[in-house]
Amino acid sequence: MSTSVVPDFFPVLPEMFLGVAAMGLLLLGAFRGERSASLVSWLSIAALVVAMGLVLHVGGSRQISLEGMFITDGYGAFMKVLAIAGSALSVLLALDYNRRRGIARFEYPVLILLATAGMMMMISAHDFIALYLGLELQSLALYVVASFERDSLRSTEAGLKYFVLGALASGMMLFGISLIYGFSGATNFESLQHAIQGGDAAHSVGIVFGIVFIVVGLAFKVSAVPFHMWTPDVYEGAPTPVTAFFSVAPKVAAIALFVRVMLDPFHGLTSDWWQVIWAISVASMILGALAAITQRNIKRLMAYSSIGHMGYALMGLATGTDPGVSAILFYMVIYVIMNVGTFAAILCMRRNGKMVEEIADLSGLARTQPALAAAIGVFMFSLAGIPPLAGFLAKFYIFLAAIDARYYGLAIIGVVTSVVGAYYYLRIVKVMFFDEPAPAFDRPAGPVLGTVLTLTALLVLLFFVYPAPIADSAKAAAATLFAG
Amino acid sequence: MTNNWPLLSIVTFLPLLGALFVLSIRGEAAIVARNARNVALLTSLATFLLSLLIWVNFDSNSADFQMIDQARWLPGYSIVYKMGVDGISLFFVLLSTFLTPLCVIASWRSITVRVREYMVAFLVLETLMVGMFCALDFVVFYMFFEGVLIPMFLIIGIWGGQRRVYAAFKFFLYTLLGSVLMLLAILQIYVVTDTFDIPTALNYDKFPETMQTWLWLAFFASFAVKVPMWPVHTWLPDAHVEAPTAGSVILAGVLLKMGGYGFIRFSLPMLPAATLQFTPLIYGLSIVAIIYTSLVALAQQDMKKLIAYSSVAHMGIVTMGIFTVTSEGLQGAMFQMLSHGVVSAALFLCVGVVYDRLHTREIARYGGLVHNMPKYAFCFMVFTLASIGLPGTSGFVGEFLALIGAFGRNTWVAFLATTGVILSAAYMLYLYRRIVFEKITKEDVRAMLDLHWREVVVFAPMLAVVLWMGIYPSSFLKPMQPTLARVMDRVSHQAASNGDATPQLQLAQH
Repeated sequence: MSTSVVPDFFPVLPEMFLGVAAMGLLLLGAFRGERSASLVSWLSIAALVVAMGLVLHVGGSRQISLEGMFITDGYGAFMKVLAIAGSALSVLLALDYNRRRGIARFEYPVLILLATAGMMMMISAHDFIALYLGLELQSLALYVVASFERDSLRSTEAGLKYFVLGALASGMMLFGISLIYGFSGATNFESLQHAIQGGDAAHSVGIVFGIVFIVVGLAFKVSAVPFHMWTPDVYEGAPTPVTAFFSVAPKVAAIALFVRVMLDPFHGLTSDWWQVIWAISVASMILGALAAITQRNIKRLMAYSSIGHMGYALMGLATGTDPGVSAILFYMVIYVIMNVGTFAAILCMRRNGKMVEEIADLSGLARTQPALAAAIGVFMFSLAGIPPLAGFLAKFYIFLAAIDARYYGLAIIGVVTSVVGAYYYLRIVKVMFFDEPAPAFDRPAGPVLGTVLTLTALLVLLFFVYPAPIADSAKAAAATLFAG
Repeated sequence: MTNNWPLLSIVTFLPLLGALFVLSIRGEAAIVARNARNVALLTSLATFLLSLLIWVNFDSNSADFQMIDQARWLPGYSIVYKMGVDGISLFFVLLSTFLTPLCVIASWRSITVRVREYMVAFLVLETLMVGMFCALDFVVFYMFFEGVLIPMFLIIGIWGGQRRVYAAFKFFLYTLLGSVLMLLAILQIYVVTDTFDIPTALNYDKFPETMQTWLWLAFFASFAVKVPMWPVHTWLPDAHVEAPTAGSVILAGVLLKMGGYGFIRFSLPMLPAATLQFTPLIYGLSIVAIIYTSLVALAQQDMKKLIAYSSVAHMGIVTMGIFTVTSEGLQGAMFQMLSHGVVSAALFLCVGVVYDRLHTREIARYGGLVHNMPKYAFCFMVFTLASIGLPGTSGFVGEFLALIGAFGRNTWVAFLATTGVILSAAYMLYLYRRIVFEKITKEDVRAMLDLHWREVVVFAPMLAVVLWMGIYPSSFLKPMQPTLARVMDRVSHQAASNGDATPQLQLAQH
């Protein structure tokens, strides 16, 4: 613990910068009025880029600061960079959309900045209090952006639903934390780890109950079955760029938090909690694969798809091993790229100035807009995990970790659900490539959207050529989690 | 001179380069289509010529992998980009590069919509097929193996017939389910051997017996669907019937061989104990496939379906031959696969020729073609006889060797398999009679023209290969012998060390 009166703020620099930037941009927006939306958006993107630079500057060495509340390590830096990238891309995707819908307000990027600050706090939390603060900062900002299109019934409904269920989940989690505190006398991860390994609190029923409640809260945030019910409704109701945002950055932060909580303070209790994660993972994979089959709205389909994908990510957590965590990190990178790309494509689905969201609207896209159809095709095959696309390598490492840890049942269920899941991804390919054309979408899609789409599609398609940098840095980052 | 070139990588990725070039063609639809065809043909021909260099440079006396290309890929997980050929894979590479240009020519007129995409799909498919046969790293292998599904799915689904969507999905999901199980087996092998290197795994001796059983079954799930073996063959008739002609050619010619290749490459040398353990199962399934699907073929009204079922029967002889693990059986199986690759491809092209003219595959709609299409009747006859296994054609050598191998192991298996040969004569000759002989009764059939010069160009090399393989099989058998001998050694070594532990093999030897 630091003995100086003024704590060492250096590791917290990125979070502090983002917070200050958010407030500054809020003031700027308030003074300049409604017309400043675009300016504030671009400045927020700049702020996110600076924050990413700061994260890299702080680096991946393991440091615990703020009286043990805050930890920086390679693992955290990796996830933070990923979350920030997801947020920045979401702001970018929203630019055109919000302007066209007449909801271009400067609050949107500011809220995203605040949410991102919350996520970074979550990723770096080393104490349950810090964890809860970060989580709530993130969640409150998310509730608001979900209902950002305030004149739309669906959007406000989505926000409300998300808020009510999210508050419940937060409450559960807080209850779990209080149980943990009651039975071990600590909220700090390090003290908890000692308490559990020391024997006093080891395998105490209260601790296990606490863990279960915390898992409930975290499972809600990553939208894992059986706490997934909000996901399809919120995904469908929220404005599409918000959905894109929901499907990437908060997922990254929540998974990061999930992994850290389970493997840092509760590492000694792995034998007590692995079945819970196992069951959640299996249920998410199965539901994600089966429920998506009947969907007709592409945003709902993506909701179930992300439930399934979280199931695969949690498979890595269930192993509780170093390869498992590095597989999760790798998986999340690919997941973010695929999802941003897919949602960029969904944002291109505009006909006569109106957004369309039915899968049937994609009919015959390969004839009318071959490039867009090819891009979506790449994303779908990748989400299904077909080699040589990026999605295959992501699943590959997850399965490798599961087999390595001798979780054969989990791995077999995983591959079988991925075959079932392939069916609904293929269905979209079928609609685009095999069916007769529907009227074309409005063109052009806009330079920003086009660029994001092209870049993500190429990344997904050509990732296999040189995967070593991401794979190796994921491995290195995961190792730091086990170093402490 | 050529020894320093990464010949295999060039052959593998040249078609991909061509595909990129085709994609970049811009302009009017007609011009794009013409250029796409030309580029695809030139690329695939160049690939074929280069692949002949592999044969020329191949050392027929060595059982080792040759012409190895290697590059770092994912050092953190010891995944290496590694390519190489041996006696088993050499001819499959040649088969792939041989058939692709023929497919391009065969599709010259019959494909009129989205020609550019079609040619891209075929060139990508060629890259994936060649890469799959050359890959010497499990991850590289698996990527090529499963990657094949994407272009094939699109080929069936976009350019296929009436029920193309159903057939495409069935093909994709069936094969995917099999191959994901193999993926898990590959991962388990990595966990045990700590490498994805295929040659290392092939020589690894310490897989425990129970693990071998599971690994074998996982590989079996994948290869049995690909071969396809009864009862997981049902995707094949659908896929064949709905695919465009060239799609059927590649399916029958190369994709089915991936299963047999997998058995010889992986199951036998890597998991010898499990191979011995499951030999009766394979015999049983092969016999059912040979007899049952031959009978089914006899009852077909659709030409493509008939040939599709005959493929299942012929591949039954292949799987039987492989698992006899005798030198004759293995050589016969290999030879039968190559022969079937050319013959069934040619038969599908024969169907394509008349389909292009009359747009029906119904056998009863034809009849009497010998009167107005003599050249066609001749080609069709040679391939029909080759399919039956007439001495002097390629089909005879493979079937004969495989049956000799089976006789050495188990007379009953051989006896039952031989009935398949008779049945194949029955359904093929019956098909030939109904289409080619008898009088012409229908006016539209009378109006059909004989082979166009472009079709002659397609059939001529196939005829030559079929006769060459039938008359002088040594040029094909010799290069594969050392490698097959090594595969056989691995299994018989296991059998010897098992002693009395494997009664089924003892029984079979008596």
